[in-house]
Amino acid sequence: MSLLEIKDLHATVEGHEILKGVNLTINAGEVHSIMGPNGSGKSTLAQVLARRDTYKVTSGEIWFRGKDLLEMKPEVAACEGIFMAFQYPVEIPGIGNAYFLRAAMNAMRKYRGEDELDAMDFLPLFRERLNLLEMDEKLMSRSVNEGFSGGEKKRNEILQMAMLEPKLAILDETDSGLDIDALRIVAKGINALRSPDRAMLLVTHYQRLLDYIVPDFVHVLVDGQIVRSGGPELALELEEQGYGWAEAETGQGLPA
Amino acid sequence: MTIAPEQLGNYLEIFDNLQKHSAAHDPGWLRSLREDALVRFNEAGFPTTRDEDWRFTNVSVLAQIPFRMAASEHPAVSARQIELYDMAGSVCQMVFINGRFAPQLSRLNNLPAGLEVCSLAEAVARDEEGVKLHLGRHANTRRDAFVALNAALWEDGAYIHIRKSALIEQPVHLLYLSVGEDEAIMTHPRTLIVAEAGSEAAVVEDCVSLGDDVAFSNAVTELVAGDGAVVSHCMIERENDRSFNISTLRTQQGRAANVASHSILLGGSLVRNNVHPVLAGEGAECLINGLFIGAGHQHLDNYMLVEHASPNGSSRQFYNGILDGQAHGVFHGRIIVHKDAQKTDAKQTNRNLLLSDDARIDTKPQLEIHADDVKCTHGATIGQIDENALFYLRSRGLDEVHARKALLEAFAGECVGRIQQSAVRSFVENLLQDRLIGIAHATPGAPLEATGDETRQHWEEVG
Repeated sequence: MSLLEIKDLHATVEGHEILKGVNLTINAGEVHSIMGPNGSGKSTLAQVLARRDTYKVTSGEIWFRGKDLLEMKPEVAACEGIFMAFQYPVEIPGIGNAYFLRAAMNAMRKYRGEDELDAMDFLPLFRERLNLLEMDEKLMSRSVNEGFSGGEKKRNEILQMAMLEPKLAILDETDSGLDIDALRIVAKGINALRSPDRAMLLVTHYQRLLDYIVPDFVHVLVDGQIVRSGGPELALELEEQGYGWAEAETGQGLPA
Repeated sequence: MTIAPEQLGNYLEIFDNLQKHSAAHDPGWLRSLREDALVRFNEAGFPTTRDEDWRFTNVSVLAQIPFRMAASEHPAVSARQIELYDMAGSVCQMVFINGRFAPQLSRLNNLPAGLEVCSLAEAVARDEEGVKLHLGRHANTRRDAFVALNAALWEDGAYIHIRKSALIEQPVHLLYLSVGEDEAIMTHPRTLIVAEAGSEAAVVEDCVSLGDDVAFSNAVTELVAGDGAVVSHCMIERENDRSFNISTLRTQQGRAANVASHSILLGGSLVRNNVHPVLAGEGAECLINGLFIGAGHQHLDNYMLVEHASPNGSSRQFYNGILDGQAHGVFHGRIIVHKDAQKTDAKQTNRNLLLSDDARIDTKPQLEIHADDVKCTHGATIGQIDENALFYLRSRGLDEVHARKALLEAFAGECVGRIQQSAVRSFVENLLQDRLIGIAHATPGAPLEATGDETRQHWEEVG
C-alpha cells in the first residue's frame, strides 16, 4: 500500500479551478519534489493535503495510509501523520512556542491513545531538536513566530516537524527567502529526518534546495497538472531551461 | 423615562424602613449623607440613553422592576456551598449574603500587622477615623444616580484599612453572594479601602450568584491611596445570566500613588462597571485593566472616567472584549486632563473580538484636555478570530475547540498578564478556563470563508 495516493484531483479556490487532474503516488521513505512556475498549483496541492477548507476539492480522491484524506479535518490529518511546513508561518501572539509544541504533541498522543508527555519527558527531545536546528532556547519562551526573522520562522517549522515526527512532511516553499546559511541549517534538519518510514514532498520553485536535499523523484506541475516526472536530473534541467518548454508542451502560457 | 412614580414610592418606602432599622444608629453626618443622596436620586432618577454617559446602555428595565431589599435573615448558606468560590492564597475572606456580612462564613483571623478588615457597619459603629474622613467623600452622588442610590440605601460592605507602610502581600477576598428569594431583590454593597502612605495591598471583589434568581446589585467602592501607596483592586462579575450588576470604583490617589484596577466581567445579564480614578497628587499612576467576555444576550458596559488633576501623572487603560451570540459590549473611556495637570501621559486601548455576526461592540474614546503639555493616545480595534492562526493550530493536531480556546485565551491573557499578584492572577486564569471553553464550544464552524479577514477600526491621536 502506498503512503499517499492522489487520483485525478481537481480543486478550486474562490471558484477558480487550480488543480486540474493531479495524479501522484508517494511511498514511505521517498522524497518527492514538486516544481513549477508561480500559479501552477503547487501551494494549492500542499494546502489541500493539509486539509485547508478554503481550497475546495471538486473531484478526485486522496488516500493516505489507506484512509480517505478528504474525509479528514486538518487536526485529524495532522494526527494521522500529515505535516505541512507553511510557506508563510503564522504569528500567534500570546501562545508560547514550547507550550504550543507540547500541546500539539499531546493532542497527537491522545489521538493515538498514548499518555500525555509531561515537561520532563518533553524537554530532552526538545533540546536535542533545538540543537539540530541551531535555535536558541530563549526563542521558545516567546510567542509562536512572533517577532521571528524569516529564517527563524522557517527553522521553527522544521523544528515542529522534527518534534511531531510525521509520516508525510510537506514543505511548502520552505527554501524561499532563506539566505544560504539558513538554507543549510534547514536542509540539515530535513535530511536528519529522512527515514524509511517517512516520506517528504518538497514544494519548490527553484533547484537551490535540491542541491542539499536530493529527491528521489521530481515532478513538474504546470497549470494544475503534472506534466513530467523524473529523477533528480529533471530539476537540473528545469534550472537550465526554465519552465517554458513544459508550458509549450501543455499549450499553456504562464498564468498572469 | 426616568423612574416610574410607583417605583419612586417603592424606593422612598425602602429608605424609610432602612432609617428605622439597620441605619437607625447612624451618626448624624452619615444620616445627612444618606438623606442628601436620596434627594439626589429622586431628582435624577435612573439615567436614560439620552444621557451621554449612558448612550449605549438602557437601564429602563431596572426602573420598572419593584426590587425589594433582602429579608433581614440570611438565607441558609453552608460553608460547603461556598467552598467552590474560595480564593487560594487570600489573606482573609469576607462573605456577604445579599449585601449583609456573614461572619460565620468569613475568615478574618490572624490578619497580618497593619491590616484591618471588618464590616463597614461595624467600622461606622466603632467611629473609625478612616470612615469619618473618607466614606461618601469621594464617590460622586451628583454625577451618578446609581452612586446616589447606593449612598442612600447601603446596609453593609467592607472596610479595609492598611496602615502606613504596611506591606500586605496576599489579597483580601470579598465574596458577594446573591441568593435568590421569592421577590426580585436588590443590594447596595459599599466598600471603603483606605491605604495609608507607602502601604501596599490587593483587594478582590467577587460577585457570585447562588441559584438562578433575578437580583440587582449596585455596588460602590471608594479606594483612597495615600502618597506612594501601591494598591490593586480586582472586580470579578460572574453572576448568573439574569443578574443586573452596576458597580462603581472611585479611587482617590495621592502623590506618586500607584493604583491598578482590574475589571473582569464574565457573567450577569445587564452589567455596568464604572471606574473613576482621580489622580489628585503629583506623579500618580494608574492602570485600568479590563476583560469582558459576553455571550447570549449579555450586555457588558465598561465606563471609565480618568481624571488627571496634578502634573506628571500617568494612566494606562487596556480593555479587551470577547463577544459572542448577541452580546453587546461597550467601552466608553473618558480622560479628563485638568488645567494644571501638565506632563500627563494617558493612554487608552480597547481591543475586541466579535465571534458572531450579531455580537456588537460600541467603543467610544473621549478626551477632554485642558492642559497644553500632555501626551494622550487612544486606539481601538475590532476583529474576528484569525482564521490563519486557527488553521495553523489545527494543522498541528489541536482540535477546533481547543485551537479556538487557545486563541481566545491568548487574547484574554493580555489582560490577565497585567495582574501583578500571582494569587489573583491564577484565580482569574482558572475562572477563564471554564468561561472560554464554553465560548469555544458555542461557536463551532464559525464562518471560514472570511469576507475580508478583519474589519478593523483604528485611530491614534496625539493631542
